[in-house]
Amino acid sequence: MSRAAEESNRRMLRARDAMDRAYAEPMDVPALARIAHVSPAHFTRVFRATFGETPHRYLQRRRVERAMFLLRSTEEPITGICYKVGFSSTGTFSRTFREIVGSSPRDYRRTAQPSGVPVCFTMAWTRPN
Amino acid sequence: MFTAITHSQIFVLDQNEAVDFYVGTLGLEIHTDADLGFMRWLTINVPGRPDRQILLSLPGGPSMSPETADQLRELVTKGAAGGTLILATDDCRKTYETLRSRGVEFTEEPTERPYGIDCGFRDPFGNHIRMTQPLPA
Repeated sequence: MSRAAEESNRRMLRARDAMDRAYAEPMDVPALARIAHVSPAHFTRVFRATFGETPHRYLQRRRVERAMFLLRSTEEPITGICYKVGFSSTGTFSRTFREIVGSSPRDYRRTAQPSGVPVCFTMAWTRPN
Repeated sequence: MFTAITHSQIFVLDQNEAVDFYVGTLGLEIHTDADLGFMRWLTINVPGRPDRQILLSLPGGPSMSPETADQLRELVTKGAAGGTLILATDDCRKTYETLRSRGVEFTEEPTERPYGIDCGFRDPFGNHIRMTQPLPA
């Protein structure tokens, strides 16, 4: 693997980390592209080549993973969780959640168990496909 | 049967750069840095805890094809090599500020968890490291 390819991966990982941190904000492709040192026009293509999915899909899964966490560990109303994780409508949230997780937020909350393991592992292993 | 974990290992892409980061920036100590001819045996430990070493090794060597080494390097730079370390601290927020001022790339700010306060950051290669201030026993 060339040094340039390693550098490209590392920069894309930096952009992905930025999405992980600011998951509730609208996706700012120009800002992410700057972090990754590519043009906005190339960002989605290079991200997809690196991680196997588009930035939009990655962000959706991140938001749903955060929603799953809040459903498991809090009693916050589902509508509040929807906006807190970055969705702008409850309809889109419910549809996306069901599409990714396979059940509604309400059903997921009823069956899920909170866990006390370090958060990086729960984040990685509960992130839905 | 077993009495301790003495060594763990993570892949780094450049051992000199790894020393700069793990020792110079994070403040860990070099336990052993030995040129064995066939490899550089480089281990570090938390100050005062030489019983628990972390081997900083390069992907490669005769046990691994160049293609496999390339795959490993790729995984490290994508943050997918699985080389997670969890370091304990007695003050997560203070250490966070110190390391941030030294240019460490944080993935997550200090956050209260059921098990304590913790945050995440990356080494220069892409490995994920966590820092945890455990709840008082």
